[in-house]
Amino acid sequence: MVDLSTEGQLDTVQMMVNMGPQHPSTHGVFRMVLWVDGERIVDLEPHIGYLHRGSEKLCEGELYVQIVTLFDRMDYISNLNNEMIFCRAVERLMGLAVPERAEYIRVILCELNRVASHLLFCGTFGIDAGAMTPIMYAFRDREKIQSMFEAVTGARMMHNYIRIGGVKGDVPDDFSQRMGALLKVLRQGINETDKLLSFSEIFLARTKGIGVIDAETAIAYGMSGPSLRACGVPMDVRKDEPYSVYDRFDFGIPIGEKGDSWDRYYVRVEEMRQSMRIIEQALEQMPDGPTITPSRLVLRPPQGEVYVRGENPRGEIGVYLVSNGADKPYRVKVRPPSFCNLMAIKELLKDTYIADAVVILGSLDIVLGEVDR
Amino acid sequence: MLGNLKGLMVTFATFFRKPVTYKYPQEHKPIEDRYMGFPVLMWDEKVEEPYCTGCMVCVRYCPTQCMSAVMKDNPLHAEGKSTRRKIVDSFEINLGRCILCGICVDVCNFDAIEMSHEHELSKYARNDNRTNLPRLLEMGRSYQKESGWKPKPVKETKPEPETKTEEAVEAEN
Ligand code: SF4
Ligand code: SF4
Repeated sequence: MVDLSTEGQLDTVQMMVNMGPQHPSTHGVFRMVLWVDGERIVDLEPHIGYLHRGSEKLCEGELYVQIVTLFDRMDYISNLNNEMIFCRAVERLMGLAVPERAEYIRVILCELNRVASHLLFCGTFGIDAGAMTPIMYAFRDREKIQSMFEAVTGARMMHNYIRIGGVKGDVPDDFSQRMGALLKVLRQGINETDKLLSFSEIFLARTKGIGVIDAETAIAYGMSGPSLRACGVPMDVRKDEPYSVYDRFDFGIPIGEKGDSWDRYYVRVEEMRQSMRIIEQALEQMPDGPTITPSRLVLRPPQGEVYVRGENPRGEIGVYLVSNGADKPYRVKVRPPSFCNLMAIKELLKDTYIADAVVILGSLDIVLGEVDR
Repeated sequence: MLGNLKGLMVTFATFFRKPVTYKYPQEHKPIEDRYMGFPVLMWDEKVEEPYCTGCMVCVRYCPTQCMSAVMKDNPLHAEGKSTRRKIVDSFEINLGRCILCGICVDVCNFDAIEMSHEHELSKYARNDNRTNLPRLLEMGRSYQKESGWKPKPVKETKPEPETKTEEAVEAEN
Protein backbone atom coordinates (compact mmCIF):
# COMPACT_ATOMS: atom_id res chain seq x y z
CA MET A 1 0.00 0.00 0.00
CA VAL A 2 1.19 3.44 -0.87
CA ASP A 3 1.30 5.84 1.99
CA LEU A 4 -1.01 8.67 1.10
CA SER A 5 -0.82 10.54 4.33
CA THR A 6 0.44 14.05 3.90
CA GLU A 7 1.10 14.71 7.51
CA GLY A 8 4.11 16.82 8.09
CA GLN A 9 4.52 17.61 4.42
CA LEU A 10 1.60 19.86 3.51
CA ASP A 11 -0.25 22.53 5.38
CA THR A 12 -3.96 22.87 4.80
CA VAL A 13 -5.31 26.35 4.36
CA GLN A 14 -8.84 27.41 5.09
CA MET A 15 -10.62 28.71 2.09
CA MET A 16 -13.64 30.93 1.81
CA VAL A 17 -16.40 29.72 -0.48
CA ASN A 18 -19.32 31.93 -1.32
CA MET A 19 -22.53 29.98 -1.72
CA GLY A 20 -25.42 31.96 -3.09
CA PRO A 21 -27.27 34.25 -3.35
CA GLN A 22 -27.72 33.06 -6.92
CA HIS A 23 -27.20 29.42 -6.20
CA PRO A 24 -30.04 27.22 -7.45
CA SER A 25 -30.13 25.06 -4.37
CA THR A 26 -30.48 27.81 -1.81
CA HIS A 27 -34.20 27.90 -2.60
CA GLY A 28 -34.33 31.58 -3.26
CA VAL A 29 -31.77 34.22 -2.57
CA PHE A 30 -29.87 33.09 0.47
CA ARG A 31 -26.14 33.51 0.83
CA MET A 32 -23.77 31.51 2.96
CA VAL A 33 -20.13 32.30 3.39
CA LEU A 34 -18.46 28.99 4.09
CA TRP A 35 -14.98 28.54 5.50
CA VAL A 36 -13.80 25.18 4.30
CA ASP A 37 -10.84 23.08 5.13
CA GLY A 38 -10.58 20.80 2.13
CA GLU A 39 -14.08 19.37 1.90
CA ARG A 40 -15.07 20.11 5.45
CA ILE A 41 -16.98 23.13 6.57
CA VAL A 42 -15.21 24.77 9.46
CA ASP A 43 -17.33 27.83 9.90
CA LEU A 44 -20.08 29.65 8.12
CA GLU A 45 -21.92 32.89 8.12
CA PRO A 46 -25.44 33.13 6.73
CA HIS A 47 -26.49 36.34 5.02
CA ILE A 48 -30.16 37.08 4.58
CA GLY A 49 -32.18 40.01 3.40
CA TYR A 50 -31.90 39.75 -0.38
CA LEU A 51 -35.67 39.36 -0.69
CA HIS A 52 -36.55 41.91 1.93
CA ARG A 53 -39.64 43.82 0.87
CA GLY A 54 -40.49 45.36 4.19
CA SER A 55 -43.80 43.55 4.44
CA GLU A 56 -44.21 44.24 8.13
CA LYS A 57 -43.71 47.95 7.62
CA LEU A 58 -45.97 47.95 4.56
CA CYS A 59 -48.73 46.47 6.70
CA GLU A 60 -48.76 49.63 8.77
CA GLY A 61 -49.81 51.66 5.77
CA GLU A 62 -52.57 49.45 4.45
CA LEU A 63 -56.17 48.84 5.40
CA TYR A 64 -56.90 45.53 7.09
CA VAL A 65 -58.56 44.08 3.99
CA GLN A 66 -55.53 44.94 1.91
CA ILE A 67 -53.02 43.35 4.26
CA VAL A 68 -54.31 39.89 3.41
CA THR A 69 -52.69 40.30 0.00
CA LEU A 70 -49.36 41.02 1.65
CA PHE A 71 -49.57 37.89 3.75
CA ASP A 72 -50.22 35.93 0.57
CA ARG A 73 -46.84 36.97 -0.66
CA MET A 74 -44.89 36.26 2.47
CA ASP A 75 -44.74 32.51 2.29
CA TYR A 76 -45.65 32.07 -1.33
CA ILE A 77 -45.88 28.29 -1.15
CA SER A 78 -48.45 28.11 1.61
CA ASN A 79 -50.47 31.25 0.93
CA LEU A 80 -53.72 30.08 2.46
CA ASN A 81 -52.13 29.19 5.77
CA ASN A 82 -50.69 32.68 5.94
CA GLU A 83 -53.94 34.38 5.04
CA MET A 84 -55.68 32.39 7.70
CA ILE A 85 -53.31 33.36 10.48
CA PHE A 86 -53.69 37.07 9.80
CA CYS A 87 -57.45 36.85 9.53
CA ARG A 88 -57.55 34.97 12.81
CA ALA A 89 -55.50 37.67 14.47
CA VAL A 90 -57.91 40.39 13.39
CA GLU A 91 -60.92 38.27 14.28
CA ARG A 92 -59.56 37.63 17.75
CA LEU A 93 -58.89 41.32 18.24
CA MET A 94 -62.38 42.27 17.15
CA GLY A 95 -64.15 39.32 18.73
CA LEU A 96 -65.60 38.41 15.37
CA ALA A 97 -67.19 34.97 15.13
CA VAL A 98 -66.54 32.92 12.01
CA PRO A 99 -69.34 30.78 10.58
CA GLU A 100 -68.86 27.06 10.98
CA ARG A 101 -68.88 26.33 7.28
CA ALA A 102 -66.17 28.91 6.67
CA GLU A 103 -63.98 27.25 9.28
CA TYR A 104 -64.33 23.91 7.54
CA ILE A 105 -63.55 25.41 4.14
CA ARG A 106 -60.50 27.07 5.65
CA VAL A 107 -59.27 23.87 7.21
CA ILE A 108 -59.76 21.87 4.03
CA LEU A 109 -57.94 24.40 1.90
CA CYS A 110 -55.15 24.90 4.41
CA GLU A 111 -54.51 21.20 4.66
CA LEU A 112 -54.58 20.93 0.89
CA ASN A 113 -52.06 23.74 0.82
CA ARG A 114 -49.92 21.81 3.27
CA VAL A 115 -49.94 18.81 0.95
CA ALA A 116 -48.99 21.02 -1.99
CA SER A 117 -46.16 22.59 -0.02
CA HIS A 118 -44.80 19.28 1.17
CA LEU A 119 -45.04 17.83 -2.33
CA LEU A 120 -42.92 20.67 -3.59
CA PHE A 121 -40.50 19.99 -0.78
CA CYS A 122 -40.22 16.30 -1.67
CA GLY A 123 -39.48 17.19 -5.27
CA THR A 124 -36.90 19.85 -4.57
CA PHE A 125 -35.30 17.84 -1.81
CA GLY A 126 -34.87 15.01 -4.29
CA ILE A 127 -33.08 17.43 -6.59
CA ASP A 128 -30.90 18.63 -3.73
CA ALA A 129 -29.84 15.07 -3.16
CA GLY A 130 -29.29 14.45 -6.87
CA ALA A 131 -32.52 12.70 -7.84
CA MET A 132 -34.13 14.40 -10.83
CA THR A 133 -37.24 12.27 -11.27
CA PRO A 134 -39.30 12.88 -8.11
CA ILE A 135 -39.89 16.54 -8.88
CA MET A 136 -41.73 15.60 -12.06
CA TYR A 137 -44.05 13.37 -10.08
CA ALA A 138 -44.43 15.88 -7.29
CA PHE A 139 -45.25 18.70 -9.68
CA ARG A 140 -47.76 16.56 -11.55
CA ASP A 141 -49.74 16.13 -8.35
CA ARG A 142 -49.19 19.64 -7.08
CA GLU A 143 -50.54 20.94 -10.36
CA LYS A 144 -53.83 19.15 -9.66
CA ILE A 145 -54.03 20.84 -6.28
CA GLN A 146 -53.37 24.20 -7.90
CA SER A 147 -56.20 23.56 -10.36
CA MET A 148 -58.44 22.78 -7.44
CA PHE A 149 -57.46 26.08 -5.82
CA GLU A 150 -58.16 27.81 -9.09
CA ALA A 151 -61.65 26.34 -9.14
CA VAL A 152 -62.38 27.39 -5.56
CA THR A 153 -60.51 30.64 -5.03
CA GLY A 154 -60.01 31.88 -8.58
CA ALA A 155 -56.24 32.06 -8.37
CA ARG A 156 -53.52 29.49 -8.46
CA MET A 157 -51.21 31.04 -5.93
CA MET A 158 -52.14 34.47 -4.60
CA HIS A 159 -55.69 33.72 -3.59
CA ASN A 160 -56.90 36.50 -1.30
CA TYR A 161 -59.69 34.04 -0.54
CA ILE A 162 -59.68 33.83 3.24
CA ARG A 163 -61.17 37.08 4.44
CA ILE A 164 -61.59 38.62 7.83
CA GLY A 165 -64.73 36.96 9.17
CA GLY A 166 -64.85 33.98 6.86
CA VAL A 167 -64.02 33.18 3.27
CA LYS A 168 -64.68 35.11 0.09
CA GLY A 169 -67.39 32.86 -1.27
CA ASP A 170 -68.83 29.42 -1.00
CA VAL A 171 -67.09 26.50 -2.65
CA PRO A 172 -68.37 25.39 -6.08
CA ASP A 173 -71.24 22.89 -6.16
CA ASP A 174 -69.15 19.96 -7.29
CA PHE A 175 -66.53 20.57 -4.62
CA SER A 176 -66.99 17.33 -2.69
CA GLN A 177 -66.89 15.12 -5.75
CA ARG A 178 -63.85 16.85 -7.12
CA MET A 179 -62.11 16.69 -3.77
CA GLY A 180 -62.90 12.99 -3.50
CA ALA A 181 -61.36 12.35 -6.91
CA LEU A 182 -58.41 14.59 -6.11
CA LEU A 183 -57.66 12.82 -2.84
CA LYS A 184 -57.61 9.48 -4.60
CA VAL A 185 -55.13 10.76 -7.18
CA LEU A 186 -53.04 12.43 -4.51
CA ARG A 187 -52.85 9.34 -2.39
CA GLN A 188 -51.53 7.38 -5.32
CA GLY A 189 -49.18 10.17 -6.28
CA ILE A 190 -47.73 10.46 -2.81
CA ASN A 191 -47.21 6.73 -2.67
CA GLU A 192 -45.36 6.93 -5.97
CA THR A 193 -43.10 9.75 -4.83
CA ASP A 194 -42.53 7.83 -1.63
CA LYS A 195 -41.61 4.64 -3.45
CA LEU A 196 -39.45 6.49 -5.89
CA LEU A 197 -37.35 8.34 -3.38
CA SER A 198 -37.73 7.46 0.28
CA PHE A 199 -36.01 4.12 0.39
CA SER A 200 -33.70 4.44 -2.56
CA GLU A 201 -30.26 3.41 -1.36
CA ILE A 202 -28.54 6.37 -2.94
CA PHE A 203 -30.96 8.78 -1.30
CA LEU A 204 -30.55 7.03 2.04
CA ALA A 205 -26.79 7.31 1.79
CA ARG A 206 -27.08 11.02 1.07
CA THR A 207 -29.51 11.81 3.89
CA LYS A 208 -29.34 9.26 6.72
CA GLY A 209 -27.27 10.52 9.57
CA ILE A 210 -26.58 13.82 7.80
CA GLY A 211 -27.31 17.05 9.57
CA VAL A 212 -28.29 15.57 12.92
CA ILE A 213 -29.66 17.88 15.57
CA ASP A 214 -30.93 16.77 18.93
CA ALA A 215 -34.19 17.85 20.47
CA GLU A 216 -32.78 20.18 23.11
CA THR A 217 -30.62 22.10 20.69
CA ALA A 218 -33.47 22.32 18.21
CA ILE A 219 -35.81 23.74 20.83
CA ALA A 220 -33.12 26.11 22.02
CA TYR A 221 -32.82 27.45 18.49
CA GLY A 222 -36.56 27.89 18.29
CA MET A 223 -37.16 25.36 15.57
CA SER A 224 -40.72 24.22 15.02
CA GLY A 225 -42.83 22.25 12.65
CA PRO A 226 -41.61 19.17 10.78
CA SER A 227 -37.98 20.10 11.42
CA LEU A 228 -38.53 19.88 15.17
CA ARG A 229 -40.83 16.89 14.99
CA ALA A 230 -38.08 15.01 13.17
CA CYS A 231 -36.11 15.16 16.43
CA GLY A 232 -38.89 13.27 18.16
CA VAL A 233 -40.72 16.19 19.76
CA PRO A 234 -44.44 15.87 19.07
CA MET A 235 -45.07 19.60 18.97
CA ASP A 236 -47.85 20.74 16.70
CA VAL A 237 -49.95 23.83 17.30
CA ARG A 238 -52.94 22.11 15.76
CA LYS A 239 -52.86 19.63 18.65
CA ASP A 240 -51.30 21.63 21.47
CA GLU A 241 -53.52 24.64 21.13
CA PRO A 242 -56.27 23.65 18.72
CA TYR A 243 -57.54 26.56 16.72
CA SER A 244 -60.31 26.79 14.13
CA VAL A 245 -62.00 23.38 14.16
CA TYR A 246 -58.89 21.23 14.40
CA ASP A 247 -60.01 19.71 17.68
CA ARG A 248 -62.80 17.86 15.88
CA PHE A 249 -60.54 15.73 13.74
CA ASP A 250 -58.65 12.62 14.48
CA PHE A 251 -55.14 12.82 13.14
CA GLY A 252 -51.67 11.79 14.18
CA ILE A 253 -48.45 13.74 14.48
CA PRO A 254 -45.66 11.90 12.74
CA ILE A 255 -42.35 12.21 14.53
CA GLY A 256 -38.85 11.16 13.59
CA GLU A 257 -36.21 9.41 15.66
CA LYS A 258 -32.80 10.85 15.07
CA GLY A 259 -33.39 14.31 13.75
CA ASP A 260 -31.34 13.81 10.61
CA SER A 261 -32.17 14.98 7.10
CA TRP A 262 -34.00 11.81 6.22
CA ASP A 263 -36.23 12.11 9.26
CA ARG A 264 -37.05 15.66 8.34
CA TYR A 265 -38.00 14.44 4.89
CA TYR A 266 -40.02 11.47 5.94
CA VAL A 267 -41.96 13.33 8.63
CA ARG A 268 -43.28 15.51 5.84
CA VAL A 269 -44.27 12.55 3.69
CA GLU A 270 -46.24 11.12 6.58
CA GLU A 271 -47.72 14.49 7.33
CA MET A 272 -49.23 14.65 3.88
CA ARG A 273 -51.10 11.44 4.63
CA GLN A 274 -52.37 12.85 7.91
CA SER A 275 -53.46 16.04 6.19
CA MET A 276 -55.50 14.01 3.78
CA ARG A 277 -57.16 12.25 6.67
CA ILE A 278 -58.15 15.64 8.06
CA ILE A 279 -59.54 16.71 4.69
CA GLU A 280 -61.61 13.55 4.42
CA GLN A 281 -63.11 14.03 7.87
CA ALA A 282 -63.74 17.70 7.24
CA LEU A 283 -65.53 16.96 3.99
CA GLU A 284 -67.81 14.56 5.81
CA GLN A 285 -68.59 16.89 8.68
CA MET A 286 -68.92 20.09 6.70
CA PRO A 287 -72.18 21.81 7.66
CA ASP A 288 -74.28 24.11 5.48
CA GLY A 289 -74.69 27.73 6.24
CA PRO A 290 -73.20 31.14 5.59
CA THR A 291 -69.53 31.48 4.76
CA ILE A 292 -68.78 34.93 6.06
CA THR A 293 -69.76 37.17 8.93
CA PRO A 294 -70.37 40.47 7.23
CA SER A 295 -68.19 43.22 8.52
CA ARG A 296 -67.39 46.68 7.36
CA LEU A 297 -64.86 47.23 4.67
CA VAL A 298 -62.90 49.72 6.71
CA LEU A 299 -62.27 47.79 9.88
CA ARG A 300 -61.37 49.61 13.04
CA PRO A 301 -60.49 46.99 15.65
CA PRO A 302 -60.51 48.21 19.22
CA GLN A 303 -57.30 49.33 20.81
CA GLY A 304 -55.24 46.41 21.98
CA GLU A 305 -52.78 43.77 21.01
CA VAL A 306 -53.02 40.11 20.20
CA TYR A 307 -50.72 37.23 19.39
CA VAL A 308 -52.07 34.24 17.54
CA ARG A 309 -50.21 31.23 16.33
CA GLY A 310 -50.93 28.47 13.93
CA GLU A 311 -49.28 25.61 12.15
CA ASN A 312 -47.82 26.47 8.78
CA PRO A 313 -46.30 23.69 6.62
CA ARG A 314 -42.92 24.92 7.81
CA GLY A 315 -43.70 25.27 11.49
CA GLU A 316 -45.28 27.59 13.94
CA ILE A 317 -46.27 30.89 12.44
CA GLY A 318 -47.33 33.67 14.75
CA VAL A 319 -48.76 37.11 14.19
CA TYR A 320 -48.45 39.84 16.76
CA LEU A 321 -50.89 42.60 15.96
CA VAL A 322 -51.17 45.93 17.73
CA SER A 323 -54.09 48.20 17.00
CA ASN A 324 -54.59 51.73 18.20
CA GLY A 325 -58.16 51.83 17.05
CA ALA A 326 -57.40 53.25 13.63
CA ASP A 327 -58.25 51.73 10.26
CA LYS A 328 -54.65 50.63 9.85
CA PRO A 329 -52.69 48.49 12.28
CA TYR A 330 -50.11 50.11 14.51
CA ARG A 331 -47.71 47.20 14.24
CA VAL A 332 -47.71 43.78 12.65
CA LYS A 333 -44.97 41.39 13.64
CA VAL A 334 -44.68 37.98 12.11
CA ARG A 335 -42.92 35.04 13.68
CA PRO A 336 -41.86 33.23 10.56
CA PRO A 337 -41.20 29.54 10.94
CA SER A 338 -38.55 29.25 8.24
CA PHE A 339 -36.54 32.12 9.70
CA CYS A 340 -36.41 30.41 13.08
CA ASN A 341 -35.60 27.07 11.53
CA LEU A 342 -32.82 28.64 9.54
CA MET A 343 -31.24 29.86 12.77
CA ALA A 344 -29.95 26.38 13.40
CA ILE A 345 -28.05 26.23 10.12
CA LYS A 346 -24.72 26.97 11.75
CA GLU A 347 -25.15 24.15 14.20
CA LEU A 348 -26.28 21.78 11.47
CA LEU A 349 -23.56 22.54 8.95
CA LYS A 350 -20.52 22.60 11.21
CA ASP A 351 -18.08 19.80 10.45
CA THR A 352 -20.06 18.40 7.58
CA TYR A 353 -18.91 17.97 4.02
CA ILE A 354 -19.54 20.74 1.59
CA ALA A 355 -21.55 18.39 -0.61
CA ASP A 356 -23.98 17.84 2.25
CA ALA A 357 -24.55 21.53 2.80
CA VAL A 358 -27.11 21.63 0.03
CA VAL A 359 -28.96 18.60 1.36
CA ILE A 360 -29.08 19.93 4.91
CA LEU A 361 -30.24 23.35 3.84
CA GLY A 362 -32.86 21.75 1.62
CA SER A 363 -34.11 19.54 4.44
CA LEU A 364 -35.06 22.62 6.48
CA ASP A 365 -37.51 23.61 3.74
CA ILE A 366 -37.04 27.33 3.93
CA VAL A 367 -38.94 29.89 1.90
CA LEU A 368 -36.92 33.03 1.49
CA GLY A 369 -39.97 35.18 0.96
CA GLU A 370 -40.83 34.47 4.55
CA VAL A 371 -37.31 34.56 5.97
CA ASP A 372 -36.69 38.05 4.64
CA ARG A 373 -40.28 39.30 4.50
CA MET B 1 -30.67 -2.17 -4.32
CA LEU B 2 -34.25 -3.15 -3.65
CA GLY B 3 -35.28 0.43 -2.96
CA ASN B 4 -33.82 1.57 -6.27
CA LEU B 5 -35.57 -1.23 -8.14
CA LYS B 6 -38.88 -0.26 -6.60
CA GLY B 7 -38.32 3.26 -7.79
CA LEU B 8 -37.55 1.99 -11.27
CA MET B 9 -40.81 0.07 -11.28
CA VAL B 10 -42.68 3.31 -10.65
CA THR B 11 -40.94 4.93 -13.58
CA PHE B 12 -41.67 1.91 -15.74
CA ALA B 13 -45.36 1.93 -14.85
CA THR B 14 -45.60 5.53 -15.97
CA PHE B 15 -44.67 4.53 -19.52
CA PHE B 16 -48.17 3.21 -19.98
CA ARG B 17 -49.98 6.33 -18.85
CA LYS B 18 -51.08 9.32 -20.79
CA PRO B 19 -48.64 12.24 -20.61
CA VAL B 20 -49.81 15.04 -18.36
CA THR B 21 -47.87 17.92 -19.88
CA TYR B 22 -49.61 20.66 -21.82
CA LYS B 23 -47.37 21.86 -24.63
CA TYR B 24 -48.03 25.43 -23.67
CA PRO B 25 -48.02 27.87 -26.57
CA GLN B 26 -49.86 25.42 -28.83
CA GLU B 27 -52.04 23.86 -26.19
CA HIS B 28 -53.75 25.70 -23.38
CA LYS B 29 -54.82 24.40 -20.06
CA PRO B 30 -58.57 24.83 -19.65
CA ILE B 31 -59.48 27.71 -17.36
CA GLU B 32 -61.80 27.25 -14.43
CA ASP B 33 -64.97 29.35 -14.27
CA ARG B 34 -63.86 31.33 -11.27
CA TYR B 35 -60.44 32.12 -12.64
CA MET B 36 -59.43 35.67 -11.83
CA GLY B 37 -57.55 37.22 -14.71
CA PHE B 38 -57.03 40.92 -15.23
CA PRO B 39 -59.85 43.27 -14.24
CA VAL B 40 -61.97 44.65 -17.08
CA LEU B 41 -64.86 47.09 -17.30
CA MET B 42 -68.31 45.89 -18.24
CA TRP B 43 -70.55 47.28 -20.96
CA ASP B 44 -74.25 47.92 -20.44
CA GLU B 45 -75.77 46.69 -23.68
CA LYS B 46 -79.23 48.05 -22.91
CA VAL B 47 -78.11 51.66 -22.76
CA GLU B 48 -74.89 51.29 -24.72
CA GLU B 49 -72.63 52.77 -22.12
CA PRO B 50 -70.27 51.48 -19.47
CA TYR B 51 -71.60 50.49 -16.05
CA CYS B 52 -68.79 52.40 -14.44
CA THR B 53 -69.64 55.80 -13.04
CA GLY B 54 -66.09 56.73 -12.22
CA CYS B 55 -66.85 56.91 -8.51
CA MET B 56 -63.27 55.97 -7.62
CA VAL B 57 -64.13 53.56 -4.83
CA CYS B 58 -62.05 50.85 -6.45
CA VAL B 59 -59.19 53.29 -6.94
CA ARG B 60 -59.17 54.02 -3.25
CA TYR B 61 -59.15 50.38 -2.19
CA CYS B 62 -56.67 49.01 -4.68
CA PRO B 63 -53.66 47.84 -2.66
CA THR B 64 -51.19 48.68 -5.42
CA GLN B 65 -52.73 51.98 -6.53
CA CYS B 66 -52.61 50.84 -10.11
CA MET B 67 -55.85 52.41 -11.31
CA SER B 68 -57.23 55.87 -11.89
CA ALA B 69 -60.68 57.08 -12.87
CA VAL B 70 -62.24 60.36 -13.91
CA MET B 71 -65.96 61.12 -13.73
CA LYS B 72 -68.10 63.34 -15.98
CA ASP B 73 -71.76 64.23 -16.41
CA ASN B 74 -73.58 61.65 -18.42
CA PRO B 75 -74.91 63.10 -21.71
CA LEU B 76 -77.26 60.13 -22.08
CA HIS B 77 -78.83 60.98 -18.75
CA ALA B 78 -79.65 64.46 -19.98
CA GLU B 79 -81.34 62.88 -22.97
CA GLY B 80 -83.26 60.67 -20.58
CA LYS B 81 -81.85 57.42 -21.97
CA SER B 82 -79.83 56.42 -18.96
CA THR B 83 -80.40 56.33 -15.23
CA ARG B 84 -76.77 57.07 -14.51
CA ARG B 85 -76.24 60.70 -13.73
CA LYS B 86 -72.47 60.46 -13.88
CA ILE B 87 -70.37 58.32 -16.15
CA VAL B 88 -66.73 57.44 -16.47
CA ASP B 89 -64.73 59.82 -18.57
CA SER B 90 -61.40 58.10 -18.54
CA PHE B 91 -60.13 55.08 -16.73
CA GLU B 92 -56.75 53.49 -16.63
CA ILE B 93 -55.44 50.33 -15.05
CA ASN B 94 -51.77 49.58 -15.16
CA LEU B 95 -52.19 45.86 -15.60
CA GLY B 96 -48.49 45.39 -15.13
CA ARG B 97 -48.90 46.47 -11.54
CA CYS B 98 -52.20 44.75 -10.82
CA ILE B 99 -51.81 41.87 -8.39
CA LEU B 100 -55.12 40.23 -9.29
CA CYS B 101 -56.48 40.44 -5.79
CA GLY B 102 -60.08 41.10 -6.77
CA ILE B 103 -60.63 43.78 -4.15
CA CYS B 104 -61.82 46.27 -6.78
CA VAL B 105 -64.56 43.85 -7.83
CA ASP B 106 -65.68 43.40 -4.24
CA VAL B 107 -65.96 47.08 -3.47
CA CYS B 108 -67.62 48.29 -6.69
CA ASN B 109 -71.25 49.20 -6.06
CA PHE B 110 -72.27 49.16 -9.70
CA ASP B 111 -71.08 45.76 -10.95
CA ALA B 112 -68.91 47.73 -13.29
CA ILE B 113 -65.65 45.87 -12.95
CA GLU B 114 -65.04 42.14 -13.16
CA MET B 115 -62.10 39.80 -13.14
CA SER B 116 -61.90 38.48 -16.70
CA HIS B 117 -60.22 35.33 -17.92
CA GLU B 118 -57.54 37.35 -19.67
CA HIS B 119 -54.14 36.33 -18.41
CA GLU B 120 -51.66 36.47 -21.27
CA LEU B 121 -50.44 40.00 -21.50
CA SER B 122 -46.90 40.08 -22.79
CA LYS B 123 -46.02 43.38 -24.36
CA TYR B 124 -42.98 44.80 -26.10
CA ALA B 125 -42.70 48.10 -24.29
CA ARG B 126 -42.58 48.79 -20.63
CA ASN B 127 -45.74 50.86 -20.37
CA ASP B 128 -47.85 48.99 -22.89
CA ASN B 129 -49.78 47.41 -20.08
CA ARG B 130 -51.28 50.71 -19.04
CA THR B 131 -54.71 49.96 -20.34
CA ASN B 132 -57.16 52.75 -21.10
CA LEU B 133 -60.93 52.89 -21.09
CA PRO B 134 -61.71 51.75 -24.68
CA ARG B 135 -59.38 48.79 -24.38
CA LEU B 136 -60.76 47.80 -20.96
CA LEU B 137 -64.30 47.96 -22.30
CA GLU B 138 -63.33 45.92 -25.34
CA MET B 139 -61.81 43.28 -23.08
CA GLY B 140 -64.94 43.47 -20.96
CA ARG B 141 -67.21 42.89 -23.92
CA SER B 142 -65.29 39.87 -25.07
CA TYR B 143 -65.42 38.51 -21.51
CA GLN B 144 -69.16 39.16 -21.40
CA LYS B 145 -69.60 37.25 -24.61
CA GLU B 146 -67.38 34.41 -23.51
CA SER B 147 -68.85 33.86 -20.07
CA GLY B 148 -72.43 35.06 -20.47
CA TRP B 149 -71.93 37.50 -17.62
CA LYS B 150 -75.07 39.18 -16.31
CA PRO B 151 -75.27 42.02 -13.82
CA LYS B 152 -76.56 41.00 -10.45
CA PRO B 153 -80.30 41.59 -10.03
CA VAL B 154 -80.97 44.96 -8.47
CA LYS B 155 -82.39 43.48 -5.29
CA GLU B 156 -79.14 41.74 -4.53
CA THR B 157 -76.90 44.75 -4.86
CA LYS B 158 -75.32 45.02 -1.50
CA PRO B 159 -76.61 48.01 0.40
CA GLU B 160 -73.67 47.81 2.75
CA PRO B 161 -70.90 49.16 0.56
CA GLU B 162 -72.78 52.45 0.35
CA THR B 163 -72.21 53.07 4.02
CA LYS B 164 -68.67 51.88 3.60
CA THR B 165 -68.14 54.38 0.86
CA GLU B 166 -69.27 57.23 3.03
CA GLU B 167 -67.04 56.01 5.73
CA ALA B 168 -64.13 55.85 3.39
CA VAL B 169 -64.78 59.39 2.30
CA GLU B 170 -64.91 60.37 5.93
CA ALA B 171 -61.64 58.64 6.56
CA GLU B 172 -60.08 60.61 3.78
CA ASN B 173 -61.21 63.94 5.04
S1 SF4 C 1 -65.88 51.34 -8.10
FE1 SF4 C 1 -66.93 50.56 -9.92
S2 SF4 C 1 -68.13 52.30 -10.67
FE2 SF4 C 1 -66.65 53.14 -9.21
S3 SF4 C 1 -64.88 53.73 -10.50
FE3 SF4 C 1 -64.50 51.65 -9.81
S4 SF4 C 1 -65.29 50.36 -11.44
FE4 SF4 C 1 -66.18 52.39 -11.75
S1 SF4 D 1 -57.35 43.34 -8.83
FE1 SF4 D 1 -56.45 44.31 -7.02
S2 SF4 D 1 -54.51 45.16 -7.74
FE2 SF4 D 1 -55.73 44.70 -9.57
S3 SF4 D 1 -56.76 46.61 -10.03
FE3 SF4 D 1 -58.16 45.42 -8.74
S4 SF4 D 1 -57.75 46.10 -6.65
FE4 SF4 D 1 -56.02 46.79 -7.92
